[in-house]
Amino acid sequence: MSEVKVINGNMAAAMGACLCRPDIIAAYPITPQTPIVEYLADFVTGGRLGSSVSEVESELSAMSVCTGASLAGSRVFTATASQGLALMYEPYFRASTLRLPIVMAVANREMISPQTLWGGPQDSLTVRDAGWLQIYVEDNQEILDTLIMAYRIAEDKKVLLPINVCFDGFYLSHMSERVEIPDQESVDAFLPAYAPEHIILDPRRPMAVDPLTNGYLLTEYRLKHMMAQQNALKLLEAVDEEFGERFGRSYGGAVEEYRCEDADYVMVTMGSMTGVAKDCVDEARRAGKKVGLLKIRMVRPFPAERVARVLMGRKAFGVIDRNVSFGWNTGIIYEEVCASMNRAAAFVPNIPFIAGLGGEDITAEHIRYAIDEVMNHAEDSVKQDTVWLNREDKGR
Amino acid sequence: MKEIRLHGIGGMGTVKAGELLVRAAVAAGKYGNSMPFFGFERQGAPVASYVRLGDQKIRAKNQVYSPDCVIIQDPSLLISTPVFEGLKKDSYVILNTRQEDPRDVVKSPNVRCLAYLDATAIALNLLGRPIPNTIMLGAFVRATGWVEKEGVERVVEEVFGTKNVEAFRLGYEEAKIVMFE
Repeated sequence: MSEVKVINGNMAAAMGACLCRPDIIAAYPITPQTPIVEYLADFVTGGRLGSSVSEVESELSAMSVCTGASLAGSRVFTATASQGLALMYEPYFRASTLRLPIVMAVANREMISPQTLWGGPQDSLTVRDAGWLQIYVEDNQEILDTLIMAYRIAEDKKVLLPINVCFDGFYLSHMSERVEIPDQESVDAFLPAYAPEHIILDPRRPMAVDPLTNGYLLTEYRLKHMMAQQNALKLLEAVDEEFGERFGRSYGGAVEEYRCEDADYVMVTMGSMTGVAKDCVDEARRAGKKVGLLKIRMVRPFPAERVARVLMGRKAFGVIDRNVSFGWNTGIIYEEVCASMNRAAAFVPNIPFIAGLGGEDITAEHIRYAIDEVMNHAEDSVKQDTVWLNREDKGR
Repeated sequence: MKEIRLHGIGGMGTVKAGELLVRAAVAAGKYGNSMPFFGFERQGAPVASYVRLGDQKIRAKNQVYSPDCVIIQDPSLLISTPVFEGLKKDSYVILNTRQEDPRDVVKSPNVRCLAYLDATAIALNLLGRPIPNTIMLGAFVRATGWVEKEGVERVVEEVFGTKNVEAFRLGYEEAKIVMFE
C-alpha cells in the first residue's frame, strides 16, 4: 500500500532513492541539498535502507566513489548542488563517458559569485554537455517518481548513461507538500536489479577498462554515446507511460503540454515556476486568451522534435529561463528551443525572458506580464531582446 | 484555496507552524503546501512562512502575496515588517499582543476578523519558553475554522508532544475575536 505524507523536496529525493535500494551512497553535504544526505544516513542507521554509505570529504570524492562502485557493479546514488557539482566536474564527465548508470539528484542552486545560496538551475544546466541525461521537475511528487524512473532509464541496456534529476533548491527542496509514496513491492516490480555486462571490474572476468584510446575509436564512442542519449529520449516516454499504468501518475515524457491543443500562444517553462505559470494560463483562458504552456522536463537529450512540433504554427511563444546563457544574452532553454525550431525549419515570433535568478521569486505578476508581452509584442520584430522580469518594473 | 502568511522571529517555530497546518489538512484528505521565506534566517530576525490550503492539488510553489490570513507571532513585527501588505478582502489577522484592545493596530481596510491574545505569556507560563507557535495555531483555528481542531491537535501531539496540545487548546480558548464591519 502506498502512503501519503507531507514532505519537502529533499525528503522526496531521499525516499525516492531509498525505494530504489542503491548498494552504495556517497554524497557530500551542500546547501540546499544537505538534508538529502542526512535523511539517507538516518534511513541506513534506522535499518530502513541496506545501502553502504561512504563518508567522503568532498564532491570530487563523492563522484569518484560512485564511479568506482558503479564500475564494480553496484547501483549507486548521490546528490549535490552548485559549487559541489562544479567541484565534481572531472569525475562527472568521466562517469558519463564510461557509460555508468549513476543517478544523481541536484537540488539546483545558483552559481557564485557574488555569494549566493538560493535556487536556480544554473549549476546543472551549465554542465548539460558533459554527456549525462538531465530531467528537471516541477513538484515534490515528481521528484520522487522521476528518481524511480531515472534508474529504469539509466540502467537500460539501450542507454547505460548517468542521469540527473534536478529540482529547484528551496522552492522545492525546502517546500513541504502532499506526496504519495509507493510501497517497496511495487517499486521492486517496476525496477529490476542492476546487472551490468558492458563494463565491470571483476577479477573473475578480466576486462580492459578505459585504456588510452585513439581518435578513430573515440569517435565511435562519442557516436554511440549520443545514440544512447537519443534512445533515452524514446525510453523516457515508454517508462513514463508504464509508470502511469502502475502508479497512476505520469508526466508527459520529455515535455508536458498544458492546454496547448488550440493555443495561439505558448509559454515555455521549466521547474518549480511551472505551477504558478499553469495557474496564469488558466486565468488567461478564462479571459478568452488562447494561451498554452510547454513544460520542458528533459534537457539532455533535448526533445527537439517534440518541442518544434508543439510550437510550430503558433502565433508566438515565450521562453522563461531561470538561468543565463553567457554569450547569448538570453537563457539557456531559449537557445535550445530556437535550435529545435531551426532544425525543423520553422520560425515563430518569440520573446526570451529571464526571471528568478539567485532564487528571486517568480510571481504570477511576472508570468502575466510575460504572457501579455508575447501576445502583444512578439510579432513586432524577428529578433527580440531578452526581457529581464525581475528588473525595473517588469511584471512587478 | 486559502493563502496564509505567517510572520515571526527566528526561533519561534514559524516555519514549523506552517508545516503543521499542511499536515493536518492533508491528513483530512485535503491539499496544501508550506514554504519558508528564503533569506538570511537567524535567531532573533524577522522570518516568514507561506502556506496554501485547498481541496485540490496546489500548483503554485512560490511566496504568498495576497493572503487570506496573516498570523503575527510577535508584536514587534507590527513595526519591523509590513505584515498587512496584500491582504485580501474579508481577511483574517491573528495577533500575539499584550494589548487589551488592539483594534487600532490593524492597518488594512480589508480585514474582517481579528483574533488576538497574549500568546507569549501563555507560552512562558506553560512551556517556560517564549515560543508561541502552537498557541497561535489555536487562535487561528478558532477564528478561521479552515482546519479541523482535532486534526491539528493530533499533528501537534505527534511533533511537539502533549504539553503543546495543551498550549494549542489554550490558544483556541483564550483568543478574543473582533469582527470589523
